[in-house]
Amino acid sequence: MLIARVIGELVATEKHPSHEGRKLLLVQPLNLDGSDRGQAVVALDAVDAGVGDKVLLVTEGFSAMTAVGRPQSPIDMAVIGFIDHVDLLPGVS
Amino acid sequence: MYLGRVVGRVWSTVKDENLRGQRFLIVQPVTPGLESAGRRLICTDSTGAGTGELVYWVRGREASFPFHPAEPPTDTTIVGIVDSVHLGKNLPAGGAS
Repeated sequence: MLIARVIGELVATEKHPSHEGRKLLLVQPLNLDGSDRGQAVVALDAVDAGVGDKVLLVTEGFSAMTAVGRPQSPIDMAVIGFIDHVDLLPGVS
Repeated sequence: MYLGRVVGRVWSTVKDENLRGQRFLIVQPVTPGLESAGRRLICTDSTGAGTGELVYWVRGREASFPFHPAEPPTDTTIVGIVDSVHLGKNLPAGGAS
């Protein structure tokens, strides 16, 4: 799982049927210090997240499919929770 | 899944039996601002996407699921054609908190 920020939404009319009825979020994975961690990705939404939210992102098929309740579907990323806050040992970043 | 633009097509006649009928599209990954980012790759297609279109694709074993019950040996498949991208305004730079 990764910490990420929702930075946008996609509209897609023509898409796989398993993606119907779920928001398509543009999500930027983050490092613990809040800086960008690689490129932004596209994830299905399992918790009604929106732009600006700091979230938990799964980046593997089984967990993503399970979170959105669509088994055997072409889904490899999903937003599965909101992050309230993060505690770290001193000196860890 | 990942955002990208279809920039071409690959033709292959002799290929794995389970890939018969598949279209191979060349995809350029793009940023949320739609600028090219990273190296191009070949995707199978489950949407009927064409050259120039903005798409998103899935990678890994999930890439063969759109063709169920067939199991073509593909690791990247286009699963949606993107009509529009809506970016949030006034977000902190880099998404930092």
